[in-house]
Amino acid sequence: MRLPISQSFIERNAIVLLIATLITVAIGGLVEVVPLFTIQTTVVKVPGIRPYSPLELLGRQIYVREGCYLCHSQQIRNLRDEVTRYGHPSIAAESMYDHPFQWGSKRIGPDLARVGGKYSNDWMYQHLKAPRSLVPESIMPDFAFLARNRLNTKELIAAMQTNIDLGVPYTKGDLKNAQADLAAQADPNADHSGLLLRYPKAMVVQGQGGRVTELDALVAYLQILGRMVDFTDPAVEHALAAQGGK
Amino acid sequence: MPTKIEKDVYTGKDTTGHEWDGIKELDTPLPKWWINVWLVCIAFAAVYVVLYPSIPLGTTYFKGVLGWSSTGAVAQSVAAMNARHAADMKRIGQLPIMQVTADPKLKEVALQAGRIAFAENCQPCHGPAGTGRVGYPPLDTNFWLWGGTLPDIQRIIMYGIRSGDAKAHESQMPAFGHDGILKPDQVVLVSNYVATLFGIEKPGPTTAAGEKIFEDNCAACHGTKGQGNQSIGAPPLESRVHLYGDSLAAIEYQVNTPRAGVMPAWHTRLDPATINSLAIYVHSLGGGE
Repeated sequence: MRLPISQSFIERNAIVLLIATLITVAIGGLVEVVPLFTIQTTVVKVPGIRPYSPLELLGRQIYVREGCYLCHSQQIRNLRDEVTRYGHPSIAAESMYDHPFQWGSKRIGPDLARVGGKYSNDWMYQHLKAPRSLVPESIMPDFAFLARNRLNTKELIAAMQTNIDLGVPYTKGDLKNAQADLAAQADPNADHSGLLLRYPKAMVVQGQGGRVTELDALVAYLQILGRMVDFTDPAVEHALAAQGGK
Repeated sequence: MPTKIEKDVYTGKDTTGHEWDGIKELDTPLPKWWINVWLVCIAFAAVYVVLYPSIPLGTTYFKGVLGWSSTGAVAQSVAAMNARHAADMKRIGQLPIMQVTADPKLKEVALQAGRIAFAENCQPCHGPAGTGRVGYPPLDTNFWLWGGTLPDIQRIIMYGIRSGDAKAHESQMPAFGHDGILKPDQVVLVSNYVATLFGIEKPGPTTAAGEKIFEDNCAACHGTKGQGNQSIGAPPLESRVHLYGDSLAAIEYQVNTPRAGVMPAWHTRLDPATINSLAIYVHSLGGGE
């Protein structure tokens, strides 16, 4: 067969060879990636998934800032040992509002995908401040300084706006109530009805009388991880079963 | 680039006709075994494509004739692992807990399962083998806040304490000092009296005054002798087990601004067989009633 461009022509023109190589390599990548955008079961929508509450969202930024993902993963893989230890395998929908996701790839510490609600708030505070007071063999650094740092809430609206731009469905009401919701979640004595209406299952953390610390935000974030979806709910089971396969 | 194919004089093989600066290239064919491995790989891939999920079809994909999925595979794998004790674990989860411990074989399985589940789920707070920590009650002594029988322990594991669950145990000690129910000097007196109950302080001239304050304010929950009340989670005060520290200062702190621990509800996280196994394991640690 005679090709429109001869082999010797390609081999003797570096730019042509470069372009042809790029096209060839790109095919390999595209074949793997493109179908995920069209196949509906890539992200199975299940009831319960909601955007992060304002305090959780800022706590998540502390999590990213401190590099927690370097030692903790947030993905329970479809492996027997992981499921028996950590619970139901992570599903794609659980990180659909994560920008960027915190799946991680290293487990110097345990997986955190379902750490929410596993320990009491008191435990979380104490463990983050002084891990070895509770787990003597732990090698986690102390994060006591987070309890001294006042949470910077100035960029809250900007952070939510950025998430909206990336497709997270915060409403106008969410934005309007953002500062109030944040304050309520860090005050056990506040009225939490609005917060829980907008962000079901949000866990209220200690706060220190109107002073919200970075540690409060981080605990609020950790306490929602893996709790949004109720895997005992038949509707969830049904949605996952529709994913197919035995 | 000349394209003249010629015979190499040393090997007797053809050249490819390529030549760079006088260096020519032999047209040696790939080894047979290599070609065969390559062909086998292609054949393997063809079979694999038919058996397993492979070809994207717009909004869906070809699921393979085996119907395999990674979520299905892990469920099967867990089931296969559990199969060895499946019958026993099923009975542990379904029978009333007292009947489980009545059967020595079931009890043995439950103790094993409980020990493993404890290490992952309970140890971070209650310590290895339930030795307890400041703020987290020990489980290996005869000191129970909410009762130490098997059904008591089972209920606490399922619903937790102040966990927010509808069936969780709830109680809240008033902040006697912070809320001004007792004056600062009264707090000191009553704390001193409580300290004498278990021998941190020796009885002195003010003990009687402290005892009076205790009877008026504390005895309703903690009992006249500080023996506690498990129905409302009021800790016994005469025992040497102290949740929040073993000193006069710790007692005063608690009278002023009481702390109240939270235990999560586990029935949303663990299956009934595991919860029953945990209850039986905790009961066996040394303090079970």
